[in-house]
Amino acid sequence: MAETMKLEIFRYHPEKDNEPTFQTYEVPFLEDWVILDAINYIKDEIDGTLSYRWSCQMGVCGSCGMMINGVPKLSCAVFLKDYYPDKIRVEPLTGFPVERDLIFQMDDFMTKLTEIQPYIIRNKDEEKPLDEGEYLQTPAELARFKPYSMCINCMLCYAACPVYALDSTFIGPAAIALGQRYNMDSRDHGRDARQELIASHEGIWECTFVGECSAVCPKDVDPAAAIQRAKVSSTIDWFKDVLIPWGKKK
Amino acid sequence: MGKKEMSTYHRPFPNTWWLKRKPYVLFMIRELTSVFVAGYCIFLLVFVYKLTQGADVYGNFIDALKSPSSVALHFIALAFVLYHTITWFNLTPKILVLYKGEERIPQGLVAGMFYAGWVVVSVIVALFVLGM
Ligand code: SF4
Ligand code: FES
Repeated sequence: MAETMKLEIFRYHPEKDNEPTFQTYEVPFLEDWVILDAINYIKDEIDGTLSYRWSCQMGVCGSCGMMINGVPKLSCAVFLKDYYPDKIRVEPLTGFPVERDLIFQMDDFMTKLTEIQPYIIRNKDEEKPLDEGEYLQTPAELARFKPYSMCINCMLCYAACPVYALDSTFIGPAAIALGQRYNMDSRDHGRDARQELIASHEGIWECTFVGECSAVCPKDVDPAAAIQRAKVSSTIDWFKDVLIPWGKKK
Repeated sequence: MGKKEMSTYHRPFPNTWWLKRKPYVLFMIRELTSVFVAGYCIFLLVFVYKLTQGADVYGNFIDALKSPSSVALHFIALAFVLYHTITWFNLTPKILVLYKGEERIPQGLVAGMFYAGWVVVSVIVALFVLGM
């Protein structure tokens, strides 16, 4: 075999192991292979018991997130050659309980996503009948929230967040960014409904602005910015409530 | 959901997490700089207080500030406060997201406004101090 590379992979079998171990595999080194290609090679050619998630292989489905040498990355979007000839350490995303090998439990994230009410909420009396057509929006109004709508739910931002790892009650970057995505949508009236959760103790105020969520995000969603902006608008709310109680809601 | 609870492995998250990667170390330094910013605010309050205590007290205080250890401490505080200012100024475009129509105002420009303000204020303070 020509050149090879070593991958050191986190292994854990829930029915056999009390503790995880690391297993090293040697794979061919190919210039155009991403790490996911190497892992697929291991699964197909060396060890069929290795478990992990993947689907699209093109940075769209968000299911192949792994810790690559301690940094959360989409394994289909990083090339072996960027690490050659060193050994690559592959682990499940930090901050989540491990189910088996590289598969972690994402139930907590899924619950938080639904709790944030990520859909357009209209005031009861302002809901248009279907035959009146869609709610129109200008390109400028779209531009305000568009980056926040690019999230692929890959959870890399959670894996980069020490606050979430230390206290998993934190709603976390992607869910808050998604809340902001709807809060900033000109067609939406649901901000008050979301605010209870977003401005709660488990919400934005847990964030200490480490900023790594935005650094690792493969879609430039910039969840750190979403959280800081939500802090600013919540603070403005507070001032309005306290200083001008009569000017509360428009 | 009627799903059987699956046994999962919870990895420990050691207190030394922030030593593992450079961005986390830089974040921790940024947090630490707050101590120096707060400390220097207290110092300034003491300074004003000494000023109200008459020429002798104030003179002694100024002499004490000229000691090498005090000068060294000031340089250390300056380094931390600069780090604090620069890192936070660089983060301002994340908080102040401005649009002109569909176009987002470049992040560098937003941060640049803060740097420009900083220079203006510094020049005014410098003129004031040197003009005395
Ligand atoms: S915000 Fe970015 S890193 Fe976080 S889940 Fe969405 S796409 Fe992934
Ligand atoms: S496999 Fe779909 S994002 Fe990597």
